[in-house]
Amino acid sequence: MHKLNKELVVIGGGPAGLAAAKEAYEKGIKDVMVIERDMELGGILPQCIHNGFGVHHFKEELTGPEYAQRFIDDVAERDIEVKLNTMVLDVTKDKKVYAVNKEEGFSEIQAEAVILAMGCRERTAGAIGIPGTRPAGVITAGTAQRYTNIEGYVPGDEVVVLGSGDIGLIMARRMRLEGADVKAVCELLPYTGGLTRNVVQCLEDYDIPLMLNHTVTEIIGNGKLEAVEISEVDENLNPIPETAKIIKADTLLLSVGLIPENELSKKADVVLDDRTSGPIVNEGRETNIEGIFACGNVLHVHDLVDWVTQESEIAGDWAAKYIKGDYKRSGGEVEVKAGENVSYVIPQKIELESEDRNRIPLYMRVSTPLTAVDVNLYADGEKLYSFSEPFAKPGEMISVPLAQKTLDGLDDLKEIRVDIIEKEGN
Amino acid sequence: MSKKYDVIIIGAGISGCAVAWRIARYDLDILLLDKEADIATGTTKANTGIIHAGYNADPKKLKGRLNNKGNIQIKEIVKDLNIPFEEIGSLVVGVEGDDLSVLDDLLEKGRENGVEGLEIVDKEWLRENEPNIAENAVAALWAPTAGVITPWEFALAMAENAVENGAEVQLETKVEDILIEDDKVVGVKTNQGEYKADYVVNAAGVYADEISKMAGVEKVDITPRKGEYYIYDHAKDFELNHVVFPIPTPVSKGIVVAPTVEHNILIGPTSETADSKEDLSTSSEGLEEVYTGAKKLFPELDLRDTIRVFSGLRAADKTEDFVIEAAKNVKGFVNVAGIQSPGLSSAPAIADLTAEILEEEGLKLSEKDNIIEKREEPVRFYEMSNEERAEYVDQDKDYGQIICRCETVSYKEIVDAINGPVGARTVNAVKRRTRAGAGRCQGGFCGPKVVEILADELGLDPTEIKQEENNSKILDYKIKELLESKVSVNA
Repeated sequence: MHKLNKELVVIGGGPAGLAAAKEAYEKGIKDVMVIERDMELGGILPQCIHNGFGVHHFKEELTGPEYAQRFIDDVAERDIEVKLNTMVLDVTKDKKVYAVNKEEGFSEIQAEAVILAMGCRERTAGAIGIPGTRPAGVITAGTAQRYTNIEGYVPGDEVVVLGSGDIGLIMARRMRLEGADVKAVCELLPYTGGLTRNVVQCLEDYDIPLMLNHTVTEIIGNGKLEAVEISEVDENLNPIPETAKIIKADTLLLSVGLIPENELSKKADVVLDDRTSGPIVNEGRETNIEGIFACGNVLHVHDLVDWVTQESEIAGDWAAKYIKGDYKRSGGEVEVKAGENVSYVIPQKIELESEDRNRIPLYMRVSTPLTAVDVNLYADGEKLYSFSEPFAKPGEMISVPLAQKTLDGLDDLKEIRVDIIEKEGN
Repeated sequence: MSKKYDVIIIGAGISGCAVAWRIARYDLDILLLDKEADIATGTTKANTGIIHAGYNADPKKLKGRLNNKGNIQIKEIVKDLNIPFEEIGSLVVGVEGDDLSVLDDLLEKGRENGVEGLEIVDKEWLRENEPNIAENAVAALWAPTAGVITPWEFALAMAENAVENGAEVQLETKVEDILIEDDKVVGVKTNQGEYKADYVVNAAGVYADEISKMAGVEKVDITPRKGEYYIYDHAKDFELNHVVFPIPTPVSKGIVVAPTVEHNILIGPTSETADSKEDLSTSSEGLEEVYTGAKKLFPELDLRDTIRVFSGLRAADKTEDFVIEAAKNVKGFVNVAGIQSPGLSSAPAIADLTAEILEEEGLKLSEKDNIIEKREEPVRFYEMSNEERAEYVDQDKDYGQIICRCETVSYKEIVDAINGPVGARTVNAVKRRTRAGAGRCQGGFCGPKVVEILADELGLDPTEIKQEENNSKILDYKIKELLESKVSVNA
């Protein structure tokens, strides 16, 4: 086993890992290693060949591979070590990283700081327990996307999509463009899980029916998928038997949620948040283990890669501060609480001291969709400030730039709370 | 017509593989047939994976006689053949309101069947040894000799050892008729042609009655009885130390909560008559029953971290017993039918009995020289320490490429599974041999890579790779193929 030391090890060479590595390098950390399990950098972006990336970060519309390439180039231009086809099998809380690849074998890397950027995985048919059989042709939308855009194969001809997450919407259109008959996109909830622009550009523009309040109640077929039974659901999301109908299909694509992949984090004793399934972090995106940071979809599932980049720069910046010793805890801990109609807020706590900081961006999602909302911030129960938004839906993240100066005067602050509720007088 | 075999075994499930393994030590030409592309794809792949102690079956039945015997034999076989097995013991737990006299009846039956170590344990014992058990659990039958095994690997190990000792395995070969001349078996007719043999063993699982009828033997009558399950990720944080049963009903042992050898938690099965022998569907009612049943024993168990639901079919004969006997009217035809629970636990004893019957029917059993008793242990990266992994990677770089991240399976393990004595031909066959795809992402990430490796090793195009059954192709078209076919139709 090779033993080596690194100032910073970044686990995952997707958009999160690349942006974090670049940022740490820019902040003076030159001994950085990015470890990627796939054969190329970019994470899931190389298979996202559609456009719509970078509108916020680069102020232009890029495809997934183009967005990834900018960061791949950034890393290549700097003296950052990249390990491809390399799997991390273990991380310890004292920041030893165990990795393996074909060329160099097994390595034990002692890092001063670690950034977790392993991304997320898709929820499967098994995990949601759809009744029926288990034939070929039932696959997650992301896997179908890999087959189509990377491997060059199309799973089938008659397609039903369950779930209206962004990958499901994108793949409905992608299959249509490959000549498949996309019969329906079913969504259990009364609203879509994906971005509004994807509903318009992927379904409406192609006349693909969106069936809200519908779910797949049975998978039919031995060997290969033959059909799915879909049913309308009542207000408690229970299927209404008399609405059941059979749709002939050889492919069922699932877009029923993404789960941050934190199996490695758990090995390092990183504590997870039940709501996000990602680590509990402070404003530096540092986990409960000092010097282990997390960013991107391993921390919480993002709607846009632009926010992943923003978040990863924060993690890279603070990892650099940690390594350089420019890192102080404030002594107190402010809990950031998800209040009314907020499903979670990142970071979950504020506990670091920083002289040059103007604001602490808070990222959150609402629990239920509303049009015309007030976003209210409270400091220990006292309203700090509030602003209005035209709408809020669970599929789209909301960013709240908490200004440092609003916090400065608040001694012994224990809690910041955010509520996102229907606009007053609406 | 090709060479003549001494014995053809129809069906490569646990029973067929056990019989092949058992008689491969004799100087015989043996052919093991299965209609599917892999062994162990029927009942053997979808059950609770328990090696029962043997207190449940009626001592007057074959089940009762063979279970304990098989249990004792298995503990030696797992060492010889390197099969994952853990002797963790089982509990039949009574809660407040249950008829606890059933526990005494089971204890009595177990003793009659020769099961050792049985005792009734109290509330305190349960609390201490199975901490998550329901508060209202009052007593249990403790059977220390029960254990858990990986059922398909049990079958595979026996099939591989049989092959090492000269037996042949032929897959994707469906028996269409039994060839009989002068009331004596002469062979079988299959979709791949005819095969001659002096003896035919029918171990066709849920189809055993149909095979038996082909020979004109009406003794077997199989009703497929379905069992539905949930399985959890092994990363689930829930302590479970034993196989835990509720008080049984007359037809079923009830919903079991059991760990697998790989520390997944398995809950199930239901017990319902299936619509057909192909009906492997789960239902919302069935899954609800499984969950409710599991909650009765473990109220804290939730459905978080379940990774798959599945169902299997028990091959229940109308006698509710094993039917292991030579046909009276057709010489050389032996039924090994009705093998439902405790069939897995009884497998070696079933094989012994079948060998005895074959001998009684005139088959000469003379032991070969140089019998290979051991199966080399497959490399299982997922259960190694990092130091051990490092050594393997030093020896062969192909261990350094991890294909399945959830279960830590290397490229080398997958290639070896494809090129083994009974090599994997399908994605599920790779999964059963290596665990690639058996984890929390259910092959979402490694699936495309496994398809590619299978295609490379087998010299096929990825569009020809199957998940399991003959019609279960994963990829129907190359890119643009579908679109072009439609464009030309419309043009």
